[in-house]
Amino acid sequence: MTPQTKIKGSEAIVRALQEEGCDVIFGYPGGVVIPFYDALYHSDLKHVLVRHEQGAAHAAEGYARATGRVGVCVATSGPGATNLVTGIADAYLDSIPIVAITGQVKSDLIGTDAFQEADTTGITLPIVKHSYLVQNASDLAQIIHEAFHIAGTGRPGPVLIDIPVTCALAEFVYKTASAVDLPGYKPTMRGHSKQIKVAARAIHESPRPVLYVGGGVISSGATQEVFDLATSLNIPVTTTLMAMGAFPGTHPLSLGMLGMHGTAYANWAVHECDLLIAVGARFDDRVTGKLSTFAPQATVLHIDIDPAEIGKNVEPRIPIVGDAKMVLHEILTEVATMAAAPERTAEWLERVDDWRGQHPLHYEEDDGELPPQYVVEQIYAVTGGDAIITTDVGQNQMWAAQYFKYTQPRQFISSGGLGTMGFGLPAAIGAQIGRPDKQVIDIGGDGSFQMTMQELGTAVAYNVPIVVALLNNRFLGMVRQWQELFWEGHYSHTDIAVQPDFAKIADAYGALGVTVTAKDEVADALRTAIKDPRPAVIDFRVRREENVYPMVPAGTSITEMIGGQAGRRKKP
Amino acid sequence: MKHTLSVLVENKPGVLTRVAGLFARRGFNIDSLVVGRSEDPRLSRMTITIDGAEHPIDQVTKQLHKLINVVKIRELDAESMVARELALIRVSAEGAKRTEALQIAEIFKAKVVDVDRRTMTLEITAAPDRLAAFESLLQPLGVNEVVRTGLVAIGRGRS
Repeated sequence: MTPQTKIKGSEAIVRALQEEGCDVIFGYPGGVVIPFYDALYHSDLKHVLVRHEQGAAHAAEGYARATGRVGVCVATSGPGATNLVTGIADAYLDSIPIVAITGQVKSDLIGTDAFQEADTTGITLPIVKHSYLVQNASDLAQIIHEAFHIAGTGRPGPVLIDIPVTCALAEFVYKTASAVDLPGYKPTMRGHSKQIKVAARAIHESPRPVLYVGGGVISSGATQEVFDLATSLNIPVTTTLMAMGAFPGTHPLSLGMLGMHGTAYANWAVHECDLLIAVGARFDDRVTGKLSTFAPQATVLHIDIDPAEIGKNVEPRIPIVGDAKMVLHEILTEVATMAAAPERTAEWLERVDDWRGQHPLHYEEDDGELPPQYVVEQIYAVTGGDAIITTDVGQNQMWAAQYFKYTQPRQFISSGGLGTMGFGLPAAIGAQIGRPDKQVIDIGGDGSFQMTMQELGTAVAYNVPIVVALLNNRFLGMVRQWQELFWEGHYSHTDIAVQPDFAKIADAYGALGVTVTAKDEVADALRTAIKDPRPAVIDFRVRREENVYPMVPAGTSITEMIGGQAGRRKKP
Repeated sequence: MKHTLSVLVENKPGVLTRVAGLFARRGFNIDSLVVGRSEDPRLSRMTITIDGAEHPIDQVTKQLHKLINVVKIRELDAESMVARELALIRVSAEGAKRTEALQIAEIFKAKVVDVDRRTMTLEITAAPDRLAAFESLLQPLGVNEVVRTGLVAIGRGRS
């Protein structure tokens, strides 16, 4: 091709995506994106055809969460774009880098209520990090370059590019994008050096510190720094749902998750600590419970790349804006110059271990029914902990967080902020495509699964060997749990016992389907499903009215846990 | 307490929507928002007035900063800014009222920009407190319509 050869806008999109290093996109065709799909037809860019656009967005998220690279999804105008909205919102709340490309009606039809027209940039405005409505086809390469840059840097997030079909059809001389020049976008990476000294001193001197680690540690790639800080100074570590695996759950300093369904010992440690070191976390209400009683004795040190998170919910004594990895690295350098005193926290760790001993996670094992927690433990045992876990939302998600010990970042993939039911399966597909070297297992729920289970078709079509482990209690379990505990047992519209045979559904799709009702079948079923080259669904018929404990009722202090003590459940 | 923000934004389609949308989504109430071209044709300048008692101003500016098209934000305080608002006010001006309206206008250096048999339209450019005083003095005459531009403000030069 000579430099003056003209190409179509649709070809330019494909070329620009490839120049960004994009190796796979998840999408669904439709009227105004036919030119784009024609360009794909002539290219070697891999496209995964999903069964519903929401699946494309979650698969792009799953890919991004598992690999750390920017995930890409594509949909047509109107309903295609609106079907992406849930996934875009999900990526926004969890700060996941995705680029969503939507087709738009012809430029001169915009605003006329044309067929399949929707104001996509308008609809998505509050749930994107940034968005573009392309005006000139020749801007496409530059816009795509900017979009990838914005999505993947700073605090990551979704970027939407709405492309009128006019631009996809226009012909012009392609010019590779030049360096990004965004005067209004310059994330602060390095922490303030004086604040870093203050922070290092506070950490070094604290007799009762706790590291409270959030998803920012994973997006920044700061897990080694967290490990070094925790282990060199003997600081216990609790992680948010978004940060499972950011610190090894098998390590003696690990407190597991904190918050509403966190461990009792993590919540007690936060309540009693004198220094709370928050890294890449945002003091979400599911973490803090009642704000006024959260970490009442603690000096709060808050490290975050997003200045708006500092002081949004909790006013820190020591704020540091910057990239978690860079800031922690500098704090470590500073701490290294101070006299080592690892025994300083010895008494504190003893107290924490006491709480751990007194209030471990536990459940009733022997009433003949299959406990969902046991299934999660078996998934951990059978895989030796070496698997990527995705989850749906609700009880299944909490048990997946509590009973599997994550040791690697990007090993636990879950819809944290938005809490999107139906996330698990499409996210697993995206994660498995991004990480073919790992076994991906979706720990799902029967309610959630029915929201996106058509993506089994995608998994079969592309030979994606995921395993869906359904914790099937034939209830919308988390809502049922709230109804049991706080709404006098009124199970209003949460009983979904009328449901299809999921093993047969899997079979009908050409996947492996297995039903498990007894404990002694669990491990074998998992081994069979993992070994089978096909995607697999295991329908674990678990105890119906099991609750997730401990539980901090919404809006109360995190020390007011239900079920933080012995005993499986108390009937009200 | 009122806060005045001078916000430099990229002159691109949809920027006003992004700013307005952000305020709506975060539950910040805008008192007034004025936007126009700046000295640099690639940039527009917004003057945004908000009630700081209702919303932590710090959170407002930080969230605004996150918009990719927002280039610079400066908070202006009363001592360091010159702030003006333009208003067009139509008052009843029949009979004796006409003279009274003219007198008030003269005191406030307001201009008569339109007049008919029953009414008179006055134009005033002033700081907000002066404008409020002007409007309240006109009230007894019968104010038919008030159109205000919202506040524009500029930082004072340092000499």
